[in-house]
Amino acid sequence: MRHLLSIEDLDREDIDRIVEQAARFSEVSDREIKKVPALRGRMVLNLFYEASTRTRSSFELAAKRLSADVVNFAASGSSVEKGESLKDTILTLSAHKPDAIVIRTPWAGSAELVSRWTSAAIVNAGDGKHEHPTQALLDVYTLVRRLGKLDGASIWIVGDVMHSRVARSNILAFQKMGAKVTVAGPPTLIPRGIEALGCDVRYTLDDLGTADVVYALRMQHERMSESWVPSLREYATWYQVNGRRLGPRQVLMHPGPVNRGVELSGEVVDSPQAVITAQVEAGVVVRMAVLYELLAGARVPEPSTPEPQLA
Amino acid sequence: MAASPLVFGPHTLADVLIRDVHVLDPRAGLDERRDLSVRAGVIAEIGPARTLEPADGAEVLEGEGRHLFPGFVDPHVHLRTPGQEHKEDLETGTRAAAAGGFCAVLGMPNTSPVVDSAPLLRSLRDAAARDARIPVGFLPAITRGMNGEELTEMAELREEGAVGFTDDGRPVVSAGMLRKALQYQRLCGGVLALHEEDPSLSGKGAMHEGDVSAALGVAGIPSVSESTMIARDAALAGYEGGRIHIQHLSAVASIEAIEAAKQAGVKITCEASPHHLLLTHEDVRTLDTRMKMNPPLREEPDRQALIAGLRSGVIDCVATDHAPHARDEKEVPFEQAPMGTTGLETAFAALYTELVIPGILPLELLIERMTVGGELFDLPVPLIAPGEPANATLVDLSSEWTAGEHGWESRSENCCFAGRTLRGRVLLTLAAGAVAWRERAFSVVGA
Repeated sequence: MRHLLSIEDLDREDIDRIVEQAARFSEVSDREIKKVPALRGRMVLNLFYEASTRTRSSFELAAKRLSADVVNFAASGSSVEKGESLKDTILTLSAHKPDAIVIRTPWAGSAELVSRWTSAAIVNAGDGKHEHPTQALLDVYTLVRRLGKLDGASIWIVGDVMHSRVARSNILAFQKMGAKVTVAGPPTLIPRGIEALGCDVRYTLDDLGTADVVYALRMQHERMSESWVPSLREYATWYQVNGRRLGPRQVLMHPGPVNRGVELSGEVVDSPQAVITAQVEAGVVVRMAVLYELLAGARVPEPSTPEPQLA
Repeated sequence: MAASPLVFGPHTLADVLIRDVHVLDPRAGLDERRDLSVRAGVIAEIGPARTLEPADGAEVLEGEGRHLFPGFVDPHVHLRTPGQEHKEDLETGTRAAAAGGFCAVLGMPNTSPVVDSAPLLRSLRDAAARDARIPVGFLPAITRGMNGEELTEMAELREEGAVGFTDDGRPVVSAGMLRKALQYQRLCGGVLALHEEDPSLSGKGAMHEGDVSAALGVAGIPSVSESTMIARDAALAGYEGGRIHIQHLSAVASIEAIEAAKQAGVKITCEASPHHLLLTHEDVRTLDTRMKMNPPLREEPDRQALIAGLRSGVIDCVATDHAPHARDEKEVPFEQAPMGTTGLETAFAALYTELVIPGILPLELLIERMTVGGELFDLPVPLIAPGEPANATLVDLSSEWTAGEHGWESRSENCCFAGRTLRGRVLLTLAAGAVAWRERAFSVVGA
């Protein structure tokens, strides 16, 4: 693997390999000295155009546990605010010869785009509302640990699918691992045509009981002002995963940060069904596995000649 | 008296004899090998192949194996002057047009500043009288600054040479405002060319709303954003008896709305672009910014309906919506990129390759739809007939080329067909009697 740009690019073997590698690294996290020298001397650059504490620090921790050097570059307060283009930022940062660039932007396709401008391996940490592949990988890892396998499992992804890159990556990843995926949420927040990805679509949680796994998405407050849903109260009435809706044998997941009392009631967040903190823990080991996959072994080849024009 | 609608730069009227060329002009009833002699820019004589002798000093062009069509007319191009000359200017834009076989184009007013006053239009036409390679007409804005709030001085603009009016790039959102423009049209004439989009439906959309946008997580522009506005505006035009031209149709429902309006007797015409006729939202999957345009590339049934509409005549003409953008403006993430593709240099070859060669459309129908664009704005249609000004394009239909292989005549390179292998190369374009374009490798015989 040269880059991790999307789940769409991966096949089941790729996902299995990363999950297995993550399992090996999980043992490192339990040591007193949580560090291995696998990527000593390598440089990982975190380039974040959107505020993100969790994902960025998870990548940072993953790189450091592999003994890589880490540089964090946030768009705010930098040359980006002075009007530097994405391309120029990448060219400039590439002059420091990073081995990997972990990038998050608000624009779909940007990770793939920057992979043409640098010889560094690119890890997509979220491109607009398109994909968030490491989140999906850590979710698969978490579920494999919990359930053994995903084959035949019914997974419901509930909430604002429209604005969720997590939903898109997870629909693809869960299906590649053999699960059956249903998305459910307000009709205004289920994008037209999403069923082409292979998932079922529901507008109520009436059949949520059939799910083995309930994956709740974050409901962002700004969606109210844009009239995607009439009120948080009405949203919670219809779509909140709570003690009444969640069965005792179901697994509850959430990408964080949770809005308690909105998409999840407090009692389910604290319930034994919830694996939300396990997901956070999985984040580090899965990102270690991704960086290891991309950077260990063969030295990254020289870049292809700069694109003469858009490809 | 009103100014003549088309202007172009200094030029030399041609004396040319084209020998043994296959002349195809459906309107002139010509579809045969002929000699064609142009003297002082006027078609002097059309005779049987290899019977005409060149006049003194006339250039002789070998036409054997080549086709001569009436020059194409594009009623929808963005020449970017004034204010956006880093994308295109009057010279590069009209050179690109001539290279594509066009003998006249109509420029849109969404420049910087917007062409919305007589002095601005006059200065633009003065510039075209210096720089344009082929005749150019201009459509100033319907509303000041294209803000949709106040009418421009349409009558004065008409006297200054306005071919029609448009807020292209934006819809006239207010039905009341469009109604006033339609009423005022009774005073000054001038077709209103309409970009149809309901902004409350298109929102922040960057591509067609469908399964591709759902998979990519890119906000979508639904087809009804266009078709509902067409239905509204057709009703208004019918009520006021006004004339409207609907720009760049993209969707099945839009074609149905046009068809219904035409049947109801509304004075409505419309156009389709080569990209909507040949590409779909599947081509947007890679998020190539050259595939980002407004209206967006839609689905295969939409494309098929556009082709059928072009065939039946519900769609009156082909228009490129040539929309150049600088490389740095397009070399950004898809959602940040401006809308538009260039199209003048590839329009004929792309449509010929994809629609005529496979037998989907007859060649003469494509020629008709590519030459009639000006007539919708009361301009004459190029005609290959004695006594007519020479507006014609000489094409080698068998010649294969890769779009963009030697760069572009346009200042911009954001062409959605770049890299495609196309058949049909424009060798020479005669526009208003002058040689406006000559393919570099095209050899001159016995000049």
